[in-house]
Amino acid sequence: MFATEFEYTKANSVSEAIQLLGSNEGAKILAGGHSLLPMMKLRLARPPMVIDIGGIEEMGGISVENGTLRIGALTTHAEIADSHVVKDNAGILWEAAYGIGDPQVRNRGTIGGNIAHADPASDLPTVLTVMDATFTIQGQGGITRRGSRTVSADEFFTGPFETVLGENEILTAIEMPVLAANQHAEYAKMAHPATSFAVVGAGVVVTVDNGVCTGARVAVGGLTPKPTRGPSVEAALNGIELTADNIAAATALIDGDLGSDILGDVFASGEYRRAMAAIELKHAIFHATGLAHHN
Amino acid sequence: MTSRIFGSGIRRREDPRLITGGATYTDDVQLPGMLYAAMLRSPHAHAKINSIDTSAAKAAPGVVGVYTGADTDGVLNPIPCAWIPPESDVKAVAHPALAIGVARYQGDAVAVVVAENRYQAEDALELINVDYEPLPAVTSPYEAMQPGAPQLHEDAPNNQAFHWVAEGGDTDAAFAAADVIVKDTILQQRLIPTAMEPRSAVANWTPAMGELTLWSTSQNPHICRFLASLITGVAEHKIRVIATEVGGGFGSKLAVYPDEMITSFCSMQLGRPVKWTATRSEGFQTTTHGRDHVEHVEMASTQDGKITSIRTVIYAGMGAYLSTAAPGVPTVLHGLIYSGPYDIGALRADVYGVFNNATPVDAYRGAGRPEATFLIERLIDLLAVELDTDPVELRRKNLIPKFEDGHDIPTVFTYDSGDYEPLLDKVLAHVDYPALRQEQVRLREQGSYMGIGVTTYTEVCGFGPSQVAGAVGFGGGLWESAVVRFHPTGKVNVYTGASPHGQGEETTFAQIIADELGVDVDDVNVLHGDTSNTPMGWGTYGSRTTVVGGAALALAARKVKEKARLLAAHLLEAAEADVEYEDGKFFVKGSPDQSKSIQEMATMANVAWNMPEGMEPGLEASAFYDPPNLVFPFGTHVAVVDVDKDNGHIVLRRYVAGDDCGPQINPMIVEGQVHGGVVQGAGQTLWEGAVYDGSGQLLTGSMTDYALPRAHMLPQIETLSTVTPSPHNPLGVKGIGETGAIASTATIYNAVLDALRPLGVTHLDMPLTPEKVWQAIRQGQGS
Repeated sequence: MFATEFEYTKANSVSEAIQLLGSNEGAKILAGGHSLLPMMKLRLARPPMVIDIGGIEEMGGISVENGTLRIGALTTHAEIADSHVVKDNAGILWEAAYGIGDPQVRNRGTIGGNIAHADPASDLPTVLTVMDATFTIQGQGGITRRGSRTVSADEFFTGPFETVLGENEILTAIEMPVLAANQHAEYAKMAHPATSFAVVGAGVVVTVDNGVCTGARVAVGGLTPKPTRGPSVEAALNGIELTADNIAAATALIDGDLGSDILGDVFASGEYRRAMAAIELKHAIFHATGLAHHN
Repeated sequence: MTSRIFGSGIRRREDPRLITGGATYTDDVQLPGMLYAAMLRSPHAHAKINSIDTSAAKAAPGVVGVYTGADTDGVLNPIPCAWIPPESDVKAVAHPALAIGVARYQGDAVAVVVAENRYQAEDALELINVDYEPLPAVTSPYEAMQPGAPQLHEDAPNNQAFHWVAEGGDTDAAFAAADVIVKDTILQQRLIPTAMEPRSAVANWTPAMGELTLWSTSQNPHICRFLASLITGVAEHKIRVIATEVGGGFGSKLAVYPDEMITSFCSMQLGRPVKWTATRSEGFQTTTHGRDHVEHVEMASTQDGKITSIRTVIYAGMGAYLSTAAPGVPTVLHGLIYSGPYDIGALRADVYGVFNNATPVDAYRGAGRPEATFLIERLIDLLAVELDTDPVELRRKNLIPKFEDGHDIPTVFTYDSGDYEPLLDKVLAHVDYPALRQEQVRLREQGSYMGIGVTTYTEVCGFGPSQVAGAVGFGGGLWESAVVRFHPTGKVNVYTGASPHGQGEETTFAQIIADELGVDVDDVNVLHGDTSNTPMGWGTYGSRTTVVGGAALALAARKVKEKARLLAAHLLEAAEADVEYEDGKFFVKGSPDQSKSIQEMATMANVAWNMPEGMEPGLEASAFYDPPNLVFPFGTHVAVVDVDKDNGHIVLRRYVAGDDCGPQINPMIVEGQVHGGVVQGAGQTLWEGAVYDGSGQLLTGSMTDYALPRAHMLPQIETLSTVTPSPHNPLGVKGIGETGAIASTATIYNAVLDALRPLGVTHLDMPLTPEKVWQAIRQGQGS
């Protein structure tokens, strides 16, 4: 738990941070420090320089405008969990943020840092995927001409601890459509007992009109290398009456959407996690629609 | 004083400093010129070390010393094992502090770097080049004894560390005559004790004095001093061990480890203070593990449920070397106590101690007694199923009837006192056991699976006596000593040889003294953990601190009080026989207005202006207490669980602990001890387990993979008690530090298996992870 020697630099603006990234090979961005620092202490990451973006004001803040919830990447989990704006417009995220770690972790860890780290067992990637979030990424001008771009959550995550973020790019904000009155979102997970990270996490957003599902987004995480949408489940849910049996039948289809790359560890094998995906999805929809917990 | 402070749940006086960062733990010690050590550890579970090149590390910035086994060999004596059970052919293989030629477990120390700071030391570790030749490894204690298994030590063929057999009664005859025999194979999985404070050492060798001061995270500083003397060659009176603040141990800080001795070696080589502190993952690899048994167990019974015998064959993993007390755990602390609270006439334990390529094991909360209780209680539940009878009534039928002054069991022990049924009844009434069974039936009809586990147990603790220690091969005494000293102002310091490290004895010992002397509890200060100012003691483990150390204090206090009484008689000009004591005052019989307080006597004894003929000045006494017997707490625990058949999740819905530890000095602290023990036992049943892969790599090597119980996973633990004093203890007390862990693992396990019975599940290996339960349900239902 002792990092190798590194240089510490504090950036005062996004552009300064990007410039520092561009001129220091191997430099890493430090936000809340809850993903990078453990990796450094284990010497799994050995950046020669860390660029502290923690004080950049333009990267904070929570706001709603024109039906879009915008959260600055430096917003801490605690700020999200304390935000009525998030609670009212994206309750699923509010609840997930509250469930991260402990108070110390929530006070330091940031939504942007979490997303950029792309831990497959983390809750937020799955939640933001099912919420149809988009990520604002800022990069250098110059040769790549990548000033600023926006990437959907579906495209952002590319594998375990892998994203589309380029070497000289910084994730600056997360945006998502606010939930309509007839939209219900929930996240359910089987938590690892050691860490509370997701063994299987399942997020749903269902649109319900008169007891009938008129639209659904589902995503699972924890068991797959990156958040995985469930198009078969979404299609099956669309247009059906949300009864327990119908939900169970629809969520069982997630198996076909998971692919073959299923994660496992000494606590829970891939076989078990695969079987649990449908159960957690079912739980999420039951909670979202006010049906009793299973049975 | 009208009320006794003994028996009052006053708050722990140690807590303010412990919870506000005011305590000085070993890692907090800062000395001028201090250096920092870091250990290079074998990444292989078993490897030949062909060569070690330390030249680059020695040249690295800040590095002042790099040492390997070649440097310590012949300077540090091997780390000894201090518990050699007789007639068991123990192979006390050499355990070098730094590996010599072979590394035998992942984490075996291979080299040490000492540098001006820890970062430099860690950087230099990466510059050491070790040529390892990996060898095949074995981690299962059962497989390690099979033909063809990789061999750890030349001196221990078949990896057999020892073979110990104990029999009381005629088990073969009992089994031959049995109507019913039930059997099981139990995996007492390897556990990783995880105290909040990692192990740490600060060694300060002062060449001019020829003295070694060692701050060490030890549960037994005097044993540490004794063994450190053997290992380092520094005479015992020139070593001072300080362990005043230790952040939990649970047995894992009982052993004397290589690391602390290597740290001492470094300080002696360099003439400067050296600090070493384990990282958490380093602790997982090197701090002693617990349990690690593969057990073949069976129970014999008559058709009407009279249990006649238990016999076992146990393969107990020792890890790569024999830790300080390790051989005593599966033998003396386990194989002699299979009758528990029951009247069973014949017991036999056949225990193989086995070397395996894993971290050495040693005592872990309960140490042998949880394993014994588990197999007894599991077999009884299996017998109840076989006989189609209620498991509680089956237990009741076999309980030893009330006894007040001794009950011999078939092995070596004589239980001190017991009255088992009243506490069983009290607990059953508290939970309304018949109603729970009715609820279980109702829920099953609805397709929900609830289970009930009930354990009745007897514990064996409060070690000594020393004579028994000698007879069972424990390399030390098991008495305790204490000093009680009145200062001129009437305030009291007491010094104990025991070494509390979180259990709260600074408070409970003060309560004992306040009551014995009739002084205010706040006028008593309890000092412990520093060999330079405390009397000899054999340490805090085995629920012996209050039972033995507390008794020594009480005896010392009684000597002090008697001296004060004699002085009071002199000053009151009364005959000694006429002076009586009550509530801190001495008075002449029949004249209560003519009195002297004990504080006045403290003043008068210290100034010594007017002492009786022949009486020494001062008011203090020391006492040495060697108990005549062990103590035998007992109890009934109940667990209620709900199992989700869809995903295998277990919810521990309710836990009730009924424990009888005799008179409770501080009921709040007793409750806290029970809570902690129950939670640790629950950890074994539900979450914890060290997992090695085929090459001996520890897969559960950190807190991200090794699941410890957390508050949100547990219900409010309900505690009940009865009071059955020990007839032989000066305070009547029995131990309470381990009962929770001894009873709860079996109780929760049996509850889960009770829930799963209708689903065709009869056996599961711990920990009972959701996946194992889910798989077993699928197999039980033939899908």
